This record gives sequence, C-alpha cells and structure tokens, in this order.
Amino acid sequence: MKHLLSISDLDRDEIIGLMDEADRFREALEGREIKKLPTLRGRTIYTLFYENSTRTRSSFETAGKWMSADVINLSASTSSVKKGESLKDTALTLASIGADAIIMRHPSSGAAQLVADWVAPGGVGPSVINAGDGTHQHPTQALLDAVTMRQRIGDVAGRKILIVGDVLHSRVVRSNVDLLSTLGAEVVLVAPPTLLPHGVEQWPVRTTQDFDAEIADADVVMMLRVQAERMQGGFFPSHREYATFFGLSKARAARMKKDAIIMHPGPMLRGMEINYAVADYDTTAILQQVNNGVHLRMAVLFTLLVGDSAEAGY
Amino acid sequence: MSEHTGGAGTVELLGSDDVARTVARIAHQIIEKTALDSPDATPVMLLGIPSGGVPLAQRLAAKIEEFSGVAVPVGALDITLYRDDLRRGPHRALKPTTIPAGGIDGVTVVLVDDVLCSGRTIRAALDALRDIGRPENIQLAVLVDRGHRQLPIRADYVGKNLPTSRAEDITVLLEAIDGRDAVELIHHEDTREENPR
Repeated sequence: MKHLLSISDLDRDEIIGLMDEADRFREALEGREIKKLPTLRGRTIYTLFYENSTRTRSSFETAGKWMSADVINLSASTSSVKKGESLKDTALTLASIGADAIIMRHPSSGAAQLVADWVAPGGVGPSVINAGDGTHQHPTQALLDAVTMRQRIGDVAGRKILIVGDVLHSRVVRSNVDLLSTLGAEVVLVAPPTLLPHGVEQWPVRTTQDFDAEIADADVVMMLRVQAERMQGGFFPSHREYATFFGLSKARAARMKKDAIIMHPGPMLRGMEINYAVADYDTTAILQQVNNGVHLRMAVLFTLLVGDSAEAGY
Repeated sequence: MSEHTGGAGTVELLGSDDVARTVARIAHQIIEKTALDSPDATPVMLLGIPSGGVPLAQRLAAKIEEFSGVAVPVGALDITLYRDDLRRGPHRALKPTTIPAGGIDGVTVVLVDDVLCSGRTIRAALDALRDIGRPENIQLAVLVDRGHRQLPIRADYVGKNLPTSRAEDITVLLEAIDGRDAVELIHHEDTREENPR
C-alpha cells in the first residue's frame, strides 16, 4: 500500500488488517509510562491542512510522534498558500524538502488523489494520506469507527448501523458506507431529502426520513454534524425543526437497544444533532472513537511507511 | 520461523519426547537459578517472543508450577516495532503484546524464544523492555541455540546447542502451533542467505 486515499481502494483483508494492527498498537502501548516506539525514526511526516481540525490532526501528529517520526504541521492559513501558492506547488515543495508522508485535508473532493499523482508519479515519492477531501472520503475516520464498533458490539456483519443527519456534505458517511458494506453490515441512512446526495440510490444502503421507525433495533446510531460551513441556502426550515426530526433526543436514546451504541465523528453540536445529556451517556462511544483514532493512525503510518515497498510488491 | 518443508532435505534432530524433556530441564534450571520458590525471591515473569516463544513460555510456566508450586505470570512481547531491518523486506504483521498485570518493574524477566541465532531479535526485545519498564534482571531462555551470533548476546538457559551451517535451517515445531513437537534440520542445496533470528 503506497497511499491511503479512499476506503474503496481497500479490500476486506486490508481493512481487517489495519483494524487488527490498531489493536496491536493499543496493546503495545497499554499502561506504558514511555509512549514511544522507535519504528519511524528518521521519517518525516507533514500534515497539510486546508481546513480546520482538532481531532484528526492532533491524532495523526500524536501517532507519528509516538512512533518517533518527525511531524511538521502546516496549515493553509499560516503558509504561503495565503500568498497565492497553488496546491501543486505546495505539495511539490514538501516533497522536495524530504517528506516521507503528506497527510492532507482539503475542501475539494479529489485533492488528495491529485497530490498523490503529483508527488509520487509512478509510485515513487512520499505517501499521501487523505485526512478528508471535500465531501468525498475520510478513510481513517471510517477505519477508527470500525475499530470502535468491533470493540463495543463485536463483528459488524449483519448488524444494523444507522447513520443520521447531513449525509450530503459528509465525507465520513461515504467512507463508512464503503467500509461497512465491505464488512457486511446493514447500513441505513436517515436524513431529510434535501441532505441526501444525488445518486444515493446506487449506494449499498437504505434511506429513510423516519428516524423513530429505525432506532429501536439499530446496533449503532451514528450522528453526523450539520455542516453549516458547506451550506449555502436553506436545507431545512429551522434548527429546531431539524433537531426535532433528526436529532438524538433523550426520548429517542431511551428507545435504543440496551447494548446499542451512539457514535459521532466529531465535532458534535450539542443541542443540534445530539441532545446535551445524551452526548455523555455511557452508551456513547465518541471519546473511545477519538482514542482509537491514534492507534488506527499508527497502524496506517506503519503500513505505509515501513518496509521496502518495491520488494513487498505494493 | 521457516516453513516446514518435509522431505529429502529434512532431518529430525529432536522428537516430541526430547522436546518435552528439554522444556522440563529448562524449567528446573529457571527454578534453580532464580530461586523463585524461596520466600524472599525476586518475582519471576516469563515473556515469550512471538510466534514460537509464546507457547514455549506457557509450557515452561506450567512446568515451573508443577515442579515448584509457584505460578509465574506469562506474557508475550512482540518485537516487530523494534526490529533493525524494518526498512528492508516487506511489511511485517504485528503480533500481540501482553504484559501481565503489575508490569515488569523490579521483577526478573525471562525472555523465551524458540531459536537463538543472530541475536538481533533479543537486542530488539531488550530495547522494547527498556520502554516498558525497569526489570531487576533480564534473562534469556531458548530451546535451540544454533550459533551465528552477530551481537554480543548469550542465553542463560539453552535447551540444545545445534551448530549449523548457513546452508541449513532449523525449524522448531510446537504442539500449540504446529500440532506436534519437533526440532528439524533442513538442508538447502544452494547456499541461500539464511533467515537471521
């Protein structure tokens, strides 16, 4: 594996392999005072973020540093992007400085693929990891979600996963649909019709507007953030109406199965898609998702940056 | 561990009885050297190095308990992340690491592996232990020592010394992994580069 751009590039074995490796990293670091492995000594990783991030960037940076890589953070707002430098020139600059990996987030779908083609033509050059491109993919999020589900509910095959909210603007949902359908889960998307993308009928999912009809037998209820920054125009009449029909209220949470869990990729908007108190329930796995993110990203960096890629036949 | 390739080039060096006797002898030696059954002894922990070292450590612990009445904690220590050859060769899958509750601080850690050869695995294990804690002592038990050391490392407990040529390979088969116990010598026609351990 050279790059990680989209879940759709991975087969079932590769997905399970990364999930298993995340568990191995958890075990390797569990209870340690010194959270440091020598594995990526001498490797240089750049995070290049054209959008804001708390979780993803700090999680990747932590993962890299715990494996002794040098991690350098760049954001569009403090780099020469502000002076008008193009994505291509920025990426080639990082490759020339000596990046072994570029972890990037960009508001345009497909940006990570473009950068991969520019910096590693013919597969020679830095690895590119997609940390979110527009409304397209966020592969490490889906992988860490799958790790969390496996810890909490076991094998997801045949289990019912509800994904609720702003599907239209969510890269998380696209990566999750790819991954969960590969693992054999039943995925149901709950959203107002205005927040469903064109072509959703071709996805391996069922769609509905009736949250209440679906929640009682779901194994996982994954809430999505309403992405106001990507919305120009009215997608729903009011915040209160959205919260009423598509928010996870106490009453709805009370109807969930006992062992079902609540997930959210973050950042969550309490009072919008999830009730203030519900976000702190024991059935909520949101902080566990964050914690798993570090180990999963260690697994991704290990897989992409360790080993002789030519010899391994990747 | 190399693949078991039965056939013309394979010679069985230790059979199932020999392996059982050897494991029992190492268990006795560990009890004697660490005095783990005396009341003021430093606690002893066995850490197997995957894959072969883990079932071997479990068997040693069972024997130690049988002979001394002391149940020693057993864990697994994967050293993949500490290897010095990660940049060569293909991606290597990680194996589980389990450190028994209480950690390794102040105890005598006995590292257990099936074959000792170059010593690089043990070097990696020592590095890994340094990041996990500070044992009082670290010792090494191996079923087979086949020589060819590339580092100044020696084992405290050796089941069998099997000096081999570089054209030969040693395979340790263990009940828990392979369904039977045996140590086999495989002779290669051509002198290919061996698998450094």
